[in-house]
Amino acid sequence: MGRILEVNNLKLYYYTARGPVRGVDDISFHLNKGETLGVVGESGCGKTTLGTALLNMPSPPGRIVGGEIVLAGSDILQLNEKQIRQQIRWEKISMVFQGAMNCLTPVYTIEKQMLETLQEHREMDEAAAGERIRKYIAYVGLSDDVLRRYPHELSGGMKQRIVIATALFLEPEVVICDEPTTALDVVVQAQIINLLKELKEQLGLSFIFITHDLATEAEVADRILVMYAGKIAEIGTNQQIYGQEGQIHPYTRGLLGATPRLREKVAKLDFIPGTPPNLLHPPAGCRFHLRCPVVMERCSVEEPPLKEIEAEHKIACWRCFDE
Amino acid sequence: MSEVILEVKDLKKWFPVRRRISQLFKGEKSWVRAVDGVSFSIKKGEIFGLIGESGCGKTTTGKLLMKLLESTAGQIIFQGEDVTNLTPEGISRYKREIQMIFQDPYASMNPRFKIRDVLLEPLIIHKLGAGLEERISMATEVLEEVKMTPPIEFLDRYPHMLSGGQRQRVATARTLILSPTFIVADEPVSMIDLSTRAEVLQMMKEVQQDLNLTYLYITHDLSTARYFTDRIAVMYLGKIVEMGSADQIVDNTLHPYSRALIAAVCEPVTGKVNLIKEVPIKGEIPSAANIPAGCRFHPRCIFAKPECWELEEPGLEEAEPGHLVACRRYQEIV
Repeated sequence: MGRILEVNNLKLYYYTARGPVRGVDDISFHLNKGETLGVVGESGCGKTTLGTALLNMPSPPGRIVGGEIVLAGSDILQLNEKQIRQQIRWEKISMVFQGAMNCLTPVYTIEKQMLETLQEHREMDEAAAGERIRKYIAYVGLSDDVLRRYPHELSGGMKQRIVIATALFLEPEVVICDEPTTALDVVVQAQIINLLKELKEQLGLSFIFITHDLATEAEVADRILVMYAGKIAEIGTNQQIYGQEGQIHPYTRGLLGATPRLREKVAKLDFIPGTPPNLLHPPAGCRFHLRCPVVMERCSVEEPPLKEIEAEHKIACWRCFDE
Repeated sequence: MSEVILEVKDLKKWFPVRRRISQLFKGEKSWVRAVDGVSFSIKKGEIFGLIGESGCGKTTTGKLLMKLLESTAGQIIFQGEDVTNLTPEGISRYKREIQMIFQDPYASMNPRFKIRDVLLEPLIIHKLGAGLEERISMATEVLEEVKMTPPIEFLDRYPHMLSGGQRQRVATARTLILSPTFIVADEPVSMIDLSTRAEVLQMMKEVQQDLNLTYLYITHDLSTARYFTDRIAVMYLGKIVEMGSADQIVDNTLHPYSRALIAAVCEPVTGKVNLIKEVPIKGEIPSAANIPAGCRFHPRCIFAKPECWELEEPGLEEAEPGHLVACRRYQEIV
């Protein structure tokens, strides 16, 4: 399993009137070929910002101010906008945006909107394009007659499948999914998760799966990256994060404790007190120290580095280094 | 705990839909049967969960109880009094007793109101409290109850200055200020961050115990319902298909639909990454304008046999004490 994507010291700041907001602040990680990397965190921790940064598509007033995104050996941040559009975006990396199923154009049939995207990127005649579209419609488990329908005639789950097909039919290597199951009912959620697992097997895709829900992440992600306030708090394998053995970051433990479990009766759920810090003026030291249950003196003074504590497992926490 | 505070008998809400010309000539009418014969009773001091997918009629049921919608048929009995048809004064009195917390804490508050105004508005509408001073002291009291301390600091803030969790606390405080006995909470935590969701639920539970309130908790999320509620009713296409204590529903699930819902829930447990989850259900939820004949779940049920669509719809029957199920074949499919 080689690395397909490597991100080094990526920084994306939003330049607001009150100063720069550090949406993604010095983040490094890699994605192996054929794996799913989960990105979890609370709202406002920079998960979606990270996704848009990987497409070099920050939403204004955001700007990527540093770092590298190395895709298959070359840094895509060195390319100009035209090159990125022609070679990278949707061609190599595509994204299923949050709530994307609600962004289908209501006045076009499904076929027409899919065709438009396809012909923007590839010079294909109608017949070849139609064939490609049908192939991917079948991959996502829909029948051809949805192509003649309008979005309002489809259910949420069907629309989400269309959006996934659209993200796939240019045969990208990396697909970023931003909360792809959040607005769906539980049964449909499970079906979409199954679909993504099947596609990963069939097409050899690599996924970055962004969500706030640790339960979903446990079922889809091979490795998990926990973000807090624009930084990586922890990154590790599924086993290391959910296995309940070994060390985990106090923030991850807090999130896990707050996740209700259906099949276990608990008298009381834990929660993390307080709210995430304002990224305009992040706190000194560890960004989590104001909410951390095991805070020490050092935490408020010095920022912990992201350090490998065992193979594949990196944590940014002074507590975890001491012991 | 044994006294019944609210009883709903065969409650229905049918919405008319636009007719085709041919129907117009024949004098036929089409209906969306959003709530189609729902009966349950809630005891005082209980937290009752109403669970189902979107479109199953759970929110409509909540709105019927709040008298935000008029029911088509059926009865609502609150504290022994039939409140299905009330005079305007009766409704005003009833609404002081029964209050609602809405799903979206960002949309349910006027952005130009300070928290003070948000809390005082119900008092002004219901003409409670003598003068501003008493009203303010009532407002600080409820803010303390929902753990927004010190209250003075929050009174002059605007909703945009609060986090989602804090807003939902204010929404709870707003319902409490009228000292209701019954609260309808429609997905109160689904838009709040996971890390604070538990905090809000716990606050709601503490308030409930402090003030001896009764909740109807409407949600699609079984995991929080297991933790938060005493009893659960599972709704499908406008009808209750299974009802029992939270433990009975989760640990001894009887109806095929509830089984599918439970099977679909993800858990934060390792080792499931490459497994395809089996969800024992077929197809998609049909439209409430076109409810299948016989058992309304049969087109999606993996256990369905001809008796399920040929015979008439099964009613709720008691499978074990306090555990009701509407399925003909529940004993065969265990």
